[in-house]
Amino acid sequence: MKKQDVKIANREAWIGLGLVVFNFVWWFAFAYGLGNKQPDQYTYILGLPAWFFYSCVLGFIVMAILVTIVVKKFFVAISFDEEKDAE
Amino acid sequence: MNWESLVPLIVILIIIFGVGIWAGGYLKASTNFAQDYFLGGRSLGGFVLAMTMTATYGSASSFIGGPGTAYNEGLGWVLLAMSQVATGYFVLMVLGKKFAVITRKYKALTMVDFLKERYQSKWVVIFSAVSIIVFLFSAMAAQWIGGARLIESLMGINYTSALFIFAVAVLIYVTVGGFRAVALTDAIQGSIMFGGTLILLIAVIIAGGGVPAIIADLSAENPNLITPYGSEGQLTPAYVSSFWILVGVGVVALPQIAVRAMSYKNSQSMHRAIIIGTIVVGFIMLNMHLIGVFARPILPGIEVGDKVMPLIALEVMPNWLAGIVLAAPMAAIMSTVDSLLLLVSSTIVKDVYLNYVKPDASQQTIKRISIGITALLGVIIFLMALNPPDLIIWLNLFAFGGLEAAFIWPIVLGLYWEKGNKYGALASMIAGVGLYILSDTFFPQPFGIHSVVMPVVISFFVYVVVSLLTQKQVAKLHV
Repeated sequence: MKKQDVKIANREAWIGLGLVVFNFVWWFAFAYGLGNKQPDQYTYILGLPAWFFYSCVLGFIVMAILVTIVVKKFFVAISFDEEKDAE
Repeated sequence: MNWESLVPLIVILIIIFGVGIWAGGYLKASTNFAQDYFLGGRSLGGFVLAMTMTATYGSASSFIGGPGTAYNEGLGWVLLAMSQVATGYFVLMVLGKKFAVITRKYKALTMVDFLKERYQSKWVVIFSAVSIIVFLFSAMAAQWIGGARLIESLMGINYTSALFIFAVAVLIYVTVGGFRAVALTDAIQGSIMFGGTLILLIAVIIAGGGVPAIIADLSAENPNLITPYGSEGQLTPAYVSSFWILVGVGVVALPQIAVRAMSYKNSQSMHRAIIIGTIVVGFIMLNMHLIGVFARPILPGIEVGDKVMPLIALEVMPNWLAGIVLAAPMAAIMSTVDSLLLLVSSTIVKDVYLNYVKPDASQQTIKRISIGITALLGVIIFLMALNPPDLIIWLNLFAFGGLEAAFIWPIVLGLYWEKGNKYGALASMIAGVGLYILSDTFFPQPFGIHSVVMPVVISFFVYVVVSLLTQKQVAKLHV
């Protein structure tokens, strides 16, 4: 691989890892932060318990938007077919 | 027999069937049969790529429970299932461009091809091929049983006839069409799963009298159903979080997923697939599991989890619509089976036969062997699914974890860490699979987490330490 391409590929792999960590923290914090009380004290959004709405519904929407932005803004197109003598 | 719901289902199956056969047409003119048959000529666009990945791992969730478990456990199980949103972007971002470029350079058609070129070791190849054949073969048998059970309950025919219909349908389009047939039919199946779960969720919400009413019913029955902790409070945060390894990031190491990361046409297809994949996976997982939970107040007392989807669909929708929507679980099962079948057959043909038995086979021979092995495997699995032996069921229980424990570090570190070598890879594979089997047998939940986590962590250190200790041996070999 060309040096430039390796840099691009490595950066995108790190971005993937970063997104997963962010996704996990969002998911975990809302689920157990808001869900960790007696069910009769729950608040509701759109009929769903707030912990579930923020963690699973909103979390999914946020990730979908975030992934779209990240891919459109930061991902760089490279050619997959290297010339044979480029090594 | 319920013809009104059966007819739409059969029509959809015939369409899928037709596309599979049609996709086989391009193989006639093929000059590189193996690449076209096992990898669709590396020509997948963004939409087809996203859908084939979704359909292939979308059904992996049926292994960890799916809507039936959600029915029993409540919202806590939906929370667990949402860890799979990560697979939508993570696999393609991490394997991503590097895997695409390097597998092209190596001319790799399978995951084992990649490992073979990267590590230059016969033992790595053999160990990988054996793990794939053993684990995926058993995973496949279980799916066939599921497919047959679904046909059985829908058509009211006996199990053997149902299995026969299912086997013939899948075998013909996979054998004739190869990877492109699998990917294209996956795209249709993925779309059905997407649309089907949405329609069904809406119908269930209407039948239940709206979301607040359903949640109130659930909470009145058992308040635990609307907490993150499961119906008996047994879903601990540590246990639920550990599913991020099993069904989230670990999916990178599943051969049927990794092989898709070498099949795309160009960067643009990959970018599109990441976006589409994230949306489709999240959407299907959320809807499918919510349907399971919401079905509970409407149809209480379902004892067999697998029946929740068909029963609720027939309950809340007109029969013809139920038929269309029920094509979704059918599609999920078929799309997993077809991918696994092709993968096991490519492992045998490419990784074993072409590597060690007859490296100079002609195009004609490769073609005959590929089609022959694929068909033969199908027949063997059919026979096993007729009366599944205990060993198959036992192996199937940890097929996915076993593959992840074996391959995650040899693939990921093989791509991104130059010092990784064959000793590290082999040691990490053996440690991963060995520890996973031991842990699953004797300590099913060490420290309250899923048994796949420790082997994955330990095999990382094994890979790194052994690779560093053997730097000299490898340097010598290269002189």
